[in-house]
Amino acid sequence: MNIVVAIKHVPSLADELEVNDEGTNLDYDMVDFVLSEWDEQAIEQAALIKEASGGTVTVVGVDVIEELDNVLHTALAKGADKAAKIVGDFEPPVESRDQAQLLAEAIKEMSPDLVLTGVQAIDDLNGQIGPMLAALLDMPYVGVVVNVAVSGDTAVVTKEYAGGVTAEYEVALPAVIGIQAASQPPRYAPVSKIRQMAKTAEIEEIEAEEEEFEPAPINKMAKPVAAGHAEMIEGEPEEVAAKILGIIREKGLL
Amino acid sequence: MSNDVLVITEHFDGRVADISYEMVGQAKELAGALGGQAIAVMLGSGMADQANTFASDATIYVDDAALEQFNPEAYGRVLAALVAEKSPRLTMIGSTAVGMDLGAWLATKTGQAFVAFVSDIAAEEGNLVVTSNLFAGKMSAEVEPEGDGVVTAVLAGAFPAEAGQGSTAAAQIAPPVSLDGLKTKFKQLHRPEGGDVDITAVDKLVAIGRGIGSEDNVELAEELAEAMGAVVAASRPITDAGWLPKTRQVGKSGLTVKPKLYLMLGISGAPEHLEGMKDGELIIAINTDPDAPIFDVAHYGATSDLFDVAEAMLEELE
Ligand SMILES: Cc1cc2nc3c(=O)[nH]c(=O)nc-3n(C[C@H](O)[C@H](O)[C@H](O)COP(=O)(O)OP(=O)(O)OC[C@H]3O[C@@H](n4cnc5c(N)ncnc54)[C@H](O)[C@@H]3O)c2cc1C
Repeated sequence: MNIVVAIKHVPSLADELEVNDEGTNLDYDMVDFVLSEWDEQAIEQAALIKEASGGTVTVVGVDVIEELDNVLHTALAKGADKAAKIVGDFEPPVESRDQAQLLAEAIKEMSPDLVLTGVQAIDDLNGQIGPMLAALLDMPYVGVVVNVAVSGDTAVVTKEYAGGVTAEYEVALPAVIGIQAASQPPRYAPVSKIRQMAKTAEIEEIEAEEEEFEPAPINKMAKPVAAGHAEMIEGEPEEVAAKILGIIREKGLL
Repeated sequence: MSNDVLVITEHFDGRVADISYEMVGQAKELAGALGGQAIAVMLGSGMADQANTFASDATIYVDDAALEQFNPEAYGRVLAALVAEKSPRLTMIGSTAVGMDLGAWLATKTGQAFVAFVSDIAAEEGNLVVTSNLFAGKMSAEVEPEGDGVVTAVLAGAFPAEAGQGSTAAAQIAPPVSLDGLKTKFKQLHRPEGGDVDITAVDKLVAIGRGIGSEDNVELAEELAEAMGAVVAASRPITDAGWLPKTRQVGKSGLTVKPKLYLMLGISGAPEHLEGMKDGELIIAINTDPDAPIFDVAHYGATSDLFDVAEAMLEELE
């Protein structure tokens, strides 16, 4: 079972996001990148499949800002066997549709049985690499998946609907699956193991066939203007607590 | 390219999902402004009566046994054929478990632009202006999609449902493409087991998010909830981590609640969470980040540490 996990580096939401001077996108000079959170779930699901049914796991991503190594080393420390990065003279942002194009070319060469990716990435208009990859690779796609079990040349996947309802599908491989959550919470990789990977592991470099991409023009990017805003309660925690309880009592709810 | 607006509707358990009506209502307005038709599309089996419930200019109902349950491959094939045939200016699909399998795929297959996380679509002087909520709702981007047509994944609750409800008679057709040799097979549905409290039936909820930090801290929320006569609910990361059962999850892939009190501790207010609680009667959010999107939705907010406030509330209550 040759499992490929396609991942994406996205701006971290932990820091305040700043818009560029033109107000048309983020100021990418001011952004820290992290692994998209659903891709972390996809890596975990791949490791779980490997443990259950054998196989190799290859993690691949587009190295837009030349800082993907740490993410790849972490994936290796969590159980991936191989790591690859698509390199080129990129300028962020490289949108999901363009990353999907680059990834599809690289993944085709890997002849995978199963391609896993996070169900979405929140950093551009395209939002989802998985279905685009499936269309480009001409493979079936099922997304919003919370469990994958492989046997022979089929995968049984559990897709999640609202309210705890799930649907089971049987998919003939090769296929692309969009992971919402791994069937177990992602494992923790000890820093020592990541360091060891950084010292010993080799990351394959795949030259991008194209380097220049034009992101879809955005007229305006800004913090959303909300119709309303919460009335803010100020003060020390004790005052805040007292005021909140006051509001709740006033409504007769305590 | 036509000036039509195609709406891919969806249904579950024999009933049309609200998001479909929400999109049809807006599609009518947009099609009117663009000089085209708002065409609702429904795929299913034995659903003809439900296909007649839209206020669209026209409805196409594709009936086949292979379309009874959602199957991304079968639905994709049919929709790619319909989109190629109608060549609509705009295709609207829900940003839902169904739409998330189809929208980006359809756009790639048919060579159209794709915009996800859509909270608004307007027609201005013949141009489409699409608003997308990026970065989990922390940024809003306005675009005028280029090229021959665009597929948009529309967030639930973006438009009112009433405007899309009507009685246009659907034209029933057989699938325009063969549905033989599908590689994806629907097997079965699983419904959640009962047994836990029903958070949709509870008046007061104390909802915790990733800000709670660790499993050990869930107890503090439990204590506070108990002291208030409330029940603990959660955002998705908490149930994914197994710190609370799935039955406590609020949001897009969880439950929709409308409690009298929704007290939020350390939840950012991602669109997927808002979908499940924005109609709460009294929403109070505690979050250390003054820019957290939840403050645009909550009635009251405090940029305080949740532990300090929760402990102080407990003390006052005891
Ligand atoms: C298809 C799909 C379906 C989804 N369905 C759901 C769903 O049903 N429900 C759902 O909730 N999510 C859902 N999500 C996930 C959603 O996108 C978000 O990832 C999730 O809602 C974030 O949860 P959170 O707010 O708890 O975490 P975060 O976004 O990480 O927010 C944590 C917040 O805690 C604050 N904080 C940290 N420490 C403290 C402190 N000490 N005191 C006070 N505040 C603190 C931070 O400032 C931050 O705002 C879904 C996603 C997808 C793709």
